[in-house]
Amino acid sequence: MTDTLTLAKAINLGLQKALADDQKVLLMGEDIATLGGVFRVTEGLVSEFGRNRVIDTPLAESAIVGTAIGLAMRGYRPVCEIQFDGFIFPGFDQITSQLAKLTYRHEGSARFPIVIRVPYGGHIGAVEHHQESPEAYFAHTPGLRVVSPATPQDGYWMIQQAIQSNDPVMFFEPKSRYWQKGEVDRETPPGAFQASRVVRTGTEVTLVGHGAMVSVLLQAADIAAAEGTSIEVIDLRSLSPIDYAPIIASVQKTGRLVVAQEAPGHASVGSEIASTVAERAFYSLEAPVLRVSGFDTPFPPAKLEGIYLPDADRILEAVDRALAY
Amino acid sequence: MSSDAAIQLLTPDGQLVSDDRTSEYLPWIEKLPESRLLDFHRQMVVMRRFDTEAGNLQRQGQLALWIPSIGQEGAQVGSGYAAAPQDHIFPAYREHAVGRIRGLDPMRLIEMLRGLSHGGWVPSETGNFHLYTLVIGSQSLHATGYAMGIALDKLNGNASGASDQDTDAAVLVYYGDGASSQGDVSEAMIFAASYQTPQVFFLQNNHWAISVPVERQSRTPLYLRGTGFGIPSVQIDGNDVLASYAVTSQGLLDARSGRGPRYIEALTYRMGAHTSSDDPSKYRENDEVAYWGARDPITRYEAYLRGKGVGDDFFSEVAEEAEDLAAEVRARTMTLQDPPTTKIFEHVYTDAHPLVDAQRDWLAAYEASFADDAGEGAGR
Repeated sequence: MTDTLTLAKAINLGLQKALADDQKVLLMGEDIATLGGVFRVTEGLVSEFGRNRVIDTPLAESAIVGTAIGLAMRGYRPVCEIQFDGFIFPGFDQITSQLAKLTYRHEGSARFPIVIRVPYGGHIGAVEHHQESPEAYFAHTPGLRVVSPATPQDGYWMIQQAIQSNDPVMFFEPKSRYWQKGEVDRETPPGAFQASRVVRTGTEVTLVGHGAMVSVLLQAADIAAAEGTSIEVIDLRSLSPIDYAPIIASVQKTGRLVVAQEAPGHASVGSEIASTVAERAFYSLEAPVLRVSGFDTPFPPAKLEGIYLPDADRILEAVDRALAY
Repeated sequence: MSSDAAIQLLTPDGQLVSDDRTSEYLPWIEKLPESRLLDFHRQMVVMRRFDTEAGNLQRQGQLALWIPSIGQEGAQVGSGYAAAPQDHIFPAYREHAVGRIRGLDPMRLIEMLRGLSHGGWVPSETGNFHLYTLVIGSQSLHATGYAMGIALDKLNGNASGASDQDTDAAVLVYYGDGASSQGDVSEAMIFAASYQTPQVFFLQNNHWAISVPVERQSRTPLYLRGTGFGIPSVQIDGNDVLASYAVTSQGLLDARSGRGPRYIEALTYRMGAHTSSDDPSKYRENDEVAYWGARDPITRYEAYLRGKGVGDDFFSEVAEEAEDLAAEVRARTMTLQDPPTTKIFEHVYTDAHPLVDAQRDWLAAYEASFADDAGEGAGR
C-alpha cells in the first residue's frame, strides 16, 4: 500500500496508528485538539480518540513537558507538541534538567518514553521565533535522542519509532516540508530508527544534512551532475546519536565532505560531524571538511531568510572549494 | 510571623484548640488510635536526631553536604502520615521525615549527600516517595502530571489497566516559600486547576529561601496564591503536627474524591542553615530564631502527650530509638564504598546508545592500561 502524502499527513497517520496501537499514548499541546494544531498535523485525531487522549493544554511549555514527565511516571507515553521552534525555551529546563536526566537519577527504575515534536526551521517567511533550528542544544544534552525526518515516508515511520522508544525523543519536523508530497509505503517495515542513509550515490564529494536541508542538497547534486560532478548525499535522520558508518564509508570513497544545516554553525551538529570525520577518516580526506550553515546571528527578518539559509548555490560554492584542494 | 489565619489544633504549650474553626478538623484527630499519636512523636524525635547526626557526619568530612530540616518536623510528620499507602509523594529535597514515614531508608539520603548517587531509590519500594528534585519547584509539574494520569486512568476506564486502589490515589507535592516564586509552581497550579487533578500542594513556608526572607517572595500571604488559581487553600500552623495531619488528611480526601486540587501553606521555620554550606547568622536575627524556638513542634507535642497521660517510659524509649538510629547511620556511613566507575555510564538511556557504550569501553581500556603499567604488586 503506497500513498502519495504530504509530510504533515504522513506524521498525522503515524500518530493515528500509534494512538490506535497503544492506549497509553497521549497527545498534548497547545491548539492540537479542536484546531488540529497550527500546522494541522494532529487534525482529526481528537474526534477519533477523544479529549482524554488528544489534550489541549494551557499555554505553558514548561508545564507541557513537566506534566508529561509525571504522566510517564504513571505509565503513559505522552507525545508533546511544541508549537514553534522558538517557543521551546520556556520548556528547556524541564527537557534538559529533568526529562534528560530522570532515567539516570532513577538508576533505571523508571522510563521516560516521551516524544517532543517540534516544527522547526526556516523557508516559511514567518516572524521572529518561528523559523529557528535549535536542535544542537538537545543533541548536546545526554539522555535525549534527537531525530529529524526529511521525507513523508520517514515522517510516518519515525514518529511511530520515536513513540516506541523507551527514551525521550526530540522529534524535529522540518516545517517547510510539511506540504511537500512523497511516496509513503505503510506496509514495508522501517529501517533502523536512528540510522543515517545514503539518498543519492556519487563519487567525488559527500554532502550531509538533515531535515529540510536534504532536499537542498539533492538539488545541488542535480546541478553538479549537469556540470559533470558526481555527488553523494546522506540524510542524517538522527542527530543524537549520529550514525557515522555511512558517512565514514562515503568519505573513504569521495575524500571530500560538506556538511550543511540551517542552524548557526558555531558549536553545531555540523561542527560535531566535521570533527568526528577528521578524527576517524583523516587519511581519507583530500580536503578539509567544510560547513555550510545559517550565519552566527539571530534568524533575520523574513525578507532576508533567503540569504541567511544555505541554498544550492552556497552548497555548490563549498563543493567547489572542496574540489579545489 | 504567626498568623491569625492559620489553623492551629494545638497551642504552643500543647493545649487542644476546640472552636468553630477547628471543629471541621478535630474528628481526624479523635479517630486516630493512640499508637499513631505516639508515632507522630517518635518520627519527629528520631528524625531530628538523625538530622543532627547527618550534620555531624558532614562536619567530619563524611558527607559533601547536609540539608537540615530541624524545626520542620511538625509540618512534615503530620502531612506524611496523612497520605494513604496508594498516594504518591513528590518531595523537594528537605522532606527527610516524610521519606522515612513512607519507608525510605535514611541511608539513601546519606549516600546521595556523600556523592554516591543522585538519589536512585525506587519509588515503588519506598511507599511512592519519589526522588528529590534540586531544581527549585520542578517537581510540582511532575506531581501534577502524575495526578493528571490518575484522573485519566479513571476517565479512560479499564483500558488504562490501573487497579481500583490505584485510581483512588492522590498526589502530595512539597515545596517551599522560595519555590513559590518559580514559574513551574504557578504552571503546576494552572494545570491542576484546569484538569481538576487529585492532588494537594503542600507549601512549607519556612520563612527563608537561603538568605532571602519570604517577604521578598510575596506581598500577600502565600495561601492566597492558591485561591487566585481557583484552588481552595488554607494556612496552617506548620509547627502543629496535629493541624498538619488533619488538614492534609482532609485535603487528600477532597482530592481523591474528585473535588479537585487543594493547597496548604504550613507556617514553619528552618531552625538551622539552608545547607551545611550556609551561614544564617549573616542574614537573620537571633531574636527571630528564639521566637520560633519557643514554638518548637516537638516540645509542643510532648506537652500534649504528657497532658494525655503518656509517661516517661515512652519518651525514654523514643530517645533510645533515636540514639540507636544515629549510631546505626554513623556505622553504616563508615562502611560505604565508592561506586564503580562504570556507574558514570549506566542508565543514561534505557535502550543501548552507541556513544555512551563507546565511552564506557574507552574508559575501561584506559583504566586497564594503568593496571598494566603498574606491574606486579604495585596497586593503584
